[in-house]
Amino acid sequence: MVNLAVKIKDLELKNPVMTASGTSGFGEELADFYDVDKLGAILLKGTTLRNRDGNPYPRMAETASGMLNAVGLQNKGIDYFIENIYPRIKDYNTPLIVNVNGSTIEEYIEVTQRVNELDKIPAIELNISCPNVKEGGMLFGTSCASAETVTREVRKAYSKTLIVKLSPNVTDIAEIARAVESEGADSVSLVNTFLGMAIDAEKRIPLLSTITGGLSGPAIKPIALRMVWQVSRAVKIPVIGMGGIMNATDAIEFFLAGATAIQVGTAIFRDPFTPLQIIDGLEDYLNRHQIDDICKLVGALKY
Amino acid sequence: MPSNRIRMKKNVGEFTIVSNSALNNTNYHICLQSDIGLPDIAPGQFTNVDIPNNKDIFLRRPFSFFDVDYEKKTVSLLVKILGRGSKSLTELKVGSKLNLVYPLGRGFTIPDKNDKVLAVGGGSGVAPILQLAKTAGSSPGQMHIAIGARSAEDHISIADYLQFAQFYFTTEDGSLGEKGFVTDHPIFHDLTQYNRIYACGPLPMMKAIAARAKEAEIFCEVSLENLMACGFGVCLCCIEPTVKGNLCVCTDGPVFNIKDLKW
Ligand SMILES: Cc1cc2nc3c(=O)[nH]c(=O)nc-3n(C[C@H](O)[C@H](O)[C@H](O)COP(=O)(O)OP(=O)(O)OC[C@H]3O[C@@H](n4cnc5c(N)ncnc54)[C@H](O)[C@@H]3O)c2cc1C
Ligand SMILES: Cc1cc2nc3c(=O)[nH]c(=O)nc-3n(C[C@H](O)[C@H](O)[C@H](O)COP(=O)(O)O)c2cc1C
Ligand code: FES
Repeated sequence: MVNLAVKIKDLELKNPVMTASGTSGFGEELADFYDVDKLGAILLKGTTLRNRDGNPYPRMAETASGMLNAVGLQNKGIDYFIENIYPRIKDYNTPLIVNVNGSTIEEYIEVTQRVNELDKIPAIELNISCPNVKEGGMLFGTSCASAETVTREVRKAYSKTLIVKLSPNVTDIAEIARAVESEGADSVSLVNTFLGMAIDAEKRIPLLSTITGGLSGPAIKPIALRMVWQVSRAVKIPVIGMGGIMNATDAIEFFLAGATAIQVGTAIFRDPFTPLQIIDGLEDYLNRHQIDDICKLVGALKY
Repeated sequence: MPSNRIRMKKNVGEFTIVSNSALNNTNYHICLQSDIGLPDIAPGQFTNVDIPNNKDIFLRRPFSFFDVDYEKKTVSLLVKILGRGSKSLTELKVGSKLNLVYPLGRGFTIPDKNDKVLAVGGGSGVAPILQLAKTAGSSPGQMHIAIGARSAEDHISIADYLQFAQFYFTTEDGSLGEKGFVTDHPIFHDLTQYNRIYACGPLPMMKAIAARAKEAEIFCEVSLENLMACGFGVCLCCIEPTVKGNLCVCTDGPVFNIKDLKW
């Protein structure tokens, strides 16, 4: 028997494979396919204080080994979540983590305060890296000063595990990671999507209504891996890695680069079973290499 | 009691291609067999298909179920060649495997024996329309199906469906049936004989039909084909603005009542 359980501050995961925010709904959509209790954790769809319709259609464009999205945080707001969705999902036997968004610091704080009162939500992921909204979002995650401020204020309002999700659209991601660590983040997750663009040459029009959008999928994996490597060497808090993970081998690479846990995003669109296949694949890998604990793989890159 | 029906609401599974043949210039008929049983599949529901042997393609491609045979455990798709993915599908050999996510979406409201129905299909949109007639077990007196295509070569054979509906054809070049768009057919001159209208096909066609149905105040459902990434409600890429806000075509649709759409 190998151990797959990991701990991120007070957040205990039975395995280190989570589903990424915005790619796994509220868990219910995956429960149509399988028992979601097998997942390490579910990162819920990005939530804001008030209802957001998101960006106009088209919001998606397929690209080489990946896709662009411009969803723009469509959600019904935190109160709707608490009244209508939370009661339906709270008894899943896997940690549910709310992905908290805002266009002002006050909004981030208000959403956080409401989530703090929910028994079955053991952690939040503070999204300071959404590239698809005009105000707030990524702006908070692209300068050390604003990343520090929002982390500090949210930390005051939140007593459980605080994960801060970093944007890759910066010059030095390690610097931002250190900044949020110094303000009390318990963990950092990375990466969110890369700002990108796609054009229909024949029609001479952009493929997204917003012209630019967020790139995800295998296309971004080498860059995501490099960033996880840099960040894990810059901070002491656990790092959650993601970006283009399609299978167990990809996941192992993120552990070796320094991630304590991983998230699976876009791969779910191709096959909702991917996270479960990765869990099985991790176990196989550990057995094959006679390693008894996934933690021994974290940052174990030989160089 | 052992059941050959599968347990979960939605599945990801391998199918074997039992036939793959050209119906005409642009449409292929692909029949697929499952190793396990099939869940219930309603007309208008669809599957998201993994395109094999094509490195340029990252996402799956959605296709409506055309026909379902629970005994033989087969489903078939009517594939119109549009771009790279649909082309790849039509080139697959009998015996090769295809991975499907299924069944997805909400289908048409099945008409009952007392309904008088006009169902309109354009292009590959005839697939769910024919399945609707078969599932409803309708009769030619009760169900009228109008099919539009560019030219006679683009029409598919409807021989197996003559027992379920009366058929009307249009072609843009006049090579079969009435010349013009399907909405130019005389059957549209008086819609009052119908109490239900269904449409699946190109957007301009569906919008034209929806406008007529609205004017005549007749129940009307259309099936949308918005671009999709996941097909099961997690990405929020396929949204359609409706009177209830932005809804997912893949889970709240693809079939919508036109009274909910902002057309
Ligand atoms: C619910 C649903 C059911 C469908 N049922 C059928 C069916 O039964 N039979 C069938 O032949 N097709 C059906 N389609 C359409 C089918 O999914 C597309 O034709 C297919 O995805 C095209 O893929 P491709 O790789 O061949 O084209 P690509 O190479 O991806 O695209 C070629 C061109 O067509 C455009 N395009 C591709 N898909 C769409 C779309 N959905 N809307 C608008 N423009 C598009 C692209 O932007 C590009 O310009 C359905 C779609 C949906 C959403
Ligand atoms: C359609 C879509 C919606 C997303 N929505 C969110 C979101 O609401 N909040 C968030 O923090 N990240 C969101 N993301 C980013 C993912 O969680 C993830 O960070 C990114 O896609 C990289 O991982 P991947 O390559 O495995 O998908 C979204 C990504 C996609 C593709
Ligand atoms: S295609 Fe992903 S939500 Fe509809």
